[in-house]
Amino acid sequence: MGEQKTYRLQFTLLAFALLVCFVVNISLGSINIPLKSIFGSFFGSVESSSNWNVIIMDYRLPKAITAIMVGSGLGISGLLMQTLFRNPLAGPFVLGISSGASLGVALVILGSGLFGGLFATALATKWSIVIAASLGSFLVLLAVLAVSNKVRDTMAILIIGLMFGSITAAIVSVLSYFSSAEQLQQYIFWGFGSLSNLSWSELLIFFCIYAIGLILSIASIKGLNSLLLGDNYAKSLGLNLKQSRFIIIVATSLIAGTITAFAGPIAFIGLAIPHLTRQIFKTTNHKILLPAVFLFGGIVMLICDTIAQVPNSDYTLPINAITALVGAPVVIWLLVRQRKMMF
Amino acid sequence: MKENKQHTILKAHQLSIGYKTKKAETVIASNINFELQKGQLIGLVGANGIGKSTLLRTLIKVQPELSGSIRLNNKDLKTTTTLELAKQLSIVLTEPLSSKNLSVIELVALGRHPYTNWIGNLTENDTTIIKKALTLVNILELKDKKCYELSDGQLQKVMIARALAQDTDVIVLDEPTSHLDMYHKAYILKLLQKLTKETGKTILFSSHEIDLAIQLCDTMIVMQKDNVVCNQPCHLITEGVFESLFPKDLIVFDDKTGSFRVTK
Repeated sequence: MGEQKTYRLQFTLLAFALLVCFVVNISLGSINIPLKSIFGSFFGSVESSSNWNVIIMDYRLPKAITAIMVGSGLGISGLLMQTLFRNPLAGPFVLGISSGASLGVALVILGSGLFGGLFATALATKWSIVIAASLGSFLVLLAVLAVSNKVRDTMAILIIGLMFGSITAAIVSVLSYFSSAEQLQQYIFWGFGSLSNLSWSELLIFFCIYAIGLILSIASIKGLNSLLLGDNYAKSLGLNLKQSRFIIIVATSLIAGTITAFAGPIAFIGLAIPHLTRQIFKTTNHKILLPAVFLFGGIVMLICDTIAQVPNSDYTLPINAITALVGAPVVIWLLVRQRKMMF
Repeated sequence: MKENKQHTILKAHQLSIGYKTKKAETVIASNINFELQKGQLIGLVGANGIGKSTLLRTLIKVQPELSGSIRLNNKDLKTTTTLELAKQLSIVLTEPLSSKNLSVIELVALGRHPYTNWIGNLTENDTTIIKKALTLVNILELKDKKCYELSDGQLQKVMIARALAQDTDVIVLDEPTSHLDMYHKAYILKLLQKLTKETGKTILFSSHEIDLAIQLCDTMIVMQKDNVVCNQPCHLITEGVFESLFPKDLIVFDDKTGSFRVTK
């Protein structure tokens, strides 16, 4: 029967494409390293102290892994939000999670000017940015959760998410008025998004939180499917509505919050990936969509990153610009072609 | 009397329905008593705003009763868990589908959720039941269509198939015939009658098609301002219940044909 379609061919192709993109991403960079040496570093046949090995193991490999986690994570949180809020335009940004993270970062980088120049250098370290971003997204999450328990209307929650975005933008512009050019530059660079500069220990923390979010998402698959019918139907199918909603929101905020903390606010991936995936997998079953979005998100992010680092040159373009350049046309194309977006 | 009790599926006793806020209680209808038997088609009729939807929403546990009790399969609805309820009662609502991107078979398969494992895998038994539901409603050939490709009438049949796939004793439908043309109104209600006969399920629906309901239903619940009557349609006609349903300035009930006429 049609329902039990497994899409084995598509999954095999996507997994293969992810692998290819992964290798291509690692092999291209400011320094040209032959493919043979790349595989050599993976399997330990190249001297571990050689320059190439250091570049690959400490720079390119962590960056490629970050790209996969960022792309798949944002895609999955977009998918979760679109189903939960029954809105094809929903994504981690709409909920205000990314805004919360940005606010945290803005307070650390820009706000330090307000608290006196002494703290400026002490505060704006990488770790404080990560902690501030996570805290910010978590606080917004708590606010959204509190509201979603009182307001049953999902549209209202979306609007509240948008309002958080506006508040963030307002506070950031007030802060930037009072901050120095250097601080402003630092904040703007964070806002560009960056997949590099993650050490292995940072990557481990990133992975652990990401994995928890992923497990919670997988546990929500059945609930997400019944939510496609609407709240009342989902409840009539035996779904514990409050609990499922809670788990889905926690999963999203864990994934999107850490991604924003470590890689900056990366736009459009969360919105575009689920829609792109639905073009290939003509199903609404999250059991199929979730792994498909995972693979697709990883592939797209690896490609974006490969473009961003401009192979064989010293330039690295802001990743956020590339994702927007890829993502925005996709959304426009989908709207024009289908006349309406569906989830 | 004892035998009668064994066949009662849904029973309302001294039921009072309405909305409760912290400050006040708005009673919409009270003193509602009825017993619905297994395998019957029951029509719920009444004027606009009389509380039909509120009664249905209370019966499917979307909103709590103000007082009195509802017993489903001889168990109080208040103590029935969501999952237990999902295996005994399925619904077809007027609210539009959240996602019209679902295919017919995916949508009907969702009806199996109360029985599937944590990730929703369908067993062979599940697919058999889904196929049977599609066949009963005559939409097997639509199974791979997307919901946005369907007409209102087809969509209503799909929703009924989903409720059937849930395999419950009771199916509750809120105005299943609204938005449909005359033929499809009759078609859907006739289909519901056929389903009660073939599957032994109890089907309760609310509707404004009083004349169709009189012809097809085994029992009717008539909601009026002060009281709620539940009986067989022919008894209700002889008791003159329908005459007092609406103000008499525009339409009158003709008890010979069992339908309403516009006054000349």
